[in-house]
Amino acid sequence: MDSMTIIAMVSIITAGVTTAFGTMAPAFGEGKAVSTALTALAQQPDASPTITRTLFVGLAMIESTAIYCFVVSMILIFANPFWNYFIAQISGQ
Amino acid sequence: MQLSPDELIYWQYGFVKLNATIVFTWALMLILAVGSRVITRRLSTEHTRSRWQNLLEIVVTGITKQVEEVGLSQPKKYLGFLGTLFLFIATASLFTIVPGYQPPTGSLSTTTALALCVLVAVPLFGIQEQGVGGYLQSYIQPTFIMLPFNLISEVSRTLALAVRLFGNMMSGAMIIGILLTITPFVFPIVMTLLGLLTGLVQAYIFSILAAVYIAAATHVHQPSTSTDNKPGNREH
Repeated sequence: MDSMTIIAMVSIITAGVTTAFGTMAPAFGEGKAVSTALTALAQQPDASPTITRTLFVGLAMIESTAIYCFVVSMILIFANPFWNYFIAQISGQ
Repeated sequence: MQLSPDELIYWQYGFVKLNATIVFTWALMLILAVGSRVITRRLSTEHTRSRWQNLLEIVVTGITKQVEEVGLSQPKKYLGFLGTLFLFIATASLFTIVPGYQPPTGSLSTTTALALCVLVAVPLFGIQEQGVGGYLQSYIQPTFIMLPFNLISEVSRTLALAVRLFGNMMSGAMIIGILLTITPFVFPIVMTLLGLLTGLVQAYIFSILAAVYIAAATHVHQPSTSTDNKPGNREH
């Protein structure tokens, strides 16, 4: 296997693994947050605006970790710097 | 496949480029400015109002109420900044139903610019509210040891604001693009609907987070920088 193949293979596998773990953990976190918020809403319906706003902000915070993983995997697949470097090196020769 | 509307260049002269991000940003600015100017030209305080005036009033009072609930006791002062952020991001994502349009917030440069605006605006509002010394003191608030962590949090939350908005917007466009090659008819429409929802939620979150940061920087009485205070506790 030449270096291009290795780079492509490692990039694709890493992108998949990144998305897999990067969505799994935030999904657990968000599920926990939403279930707690629903319990709080059921107990105190009067405080629903505060709970909802805090829930949304918190969900966005948790969600952003998943988004970071997504951005990393997208960079690995579509804008891989190592891949572009080797392409430039080969075409330069 | 293009990652961002930056790569779509309409016009180029030397190093001056007009890419899709700038063009759509200008179009949005034009629509927002001209639209509000046309609507507010004939304001009425009678019982019969135009429906557009009602729309603008709902938007402005809604934003004011939300900003006030975060803990800023004088929301009118911050309405210009926070309302502009919300309206720009919200319209940028709402216009995705127009064919051929790409949201300028799907480009990392736009979101970085917005996040840098927040980074600059937070200390300005803080200094305006409690003076230079009072604001600088909030960096060493619990103890002096917290100074580097407070500085790191300034930078990291700016980065988080930028990448969060960019990732959400870009992922919406990307998922639709990928689904178009797999299931071309039904699912892209559903994902566009979901994208509208995510876009509005992200606009809300961006402006609310900016409001929370401003509230933490302008908070005089309780020197803690915690953001999880309920609005009832903030009103002394």
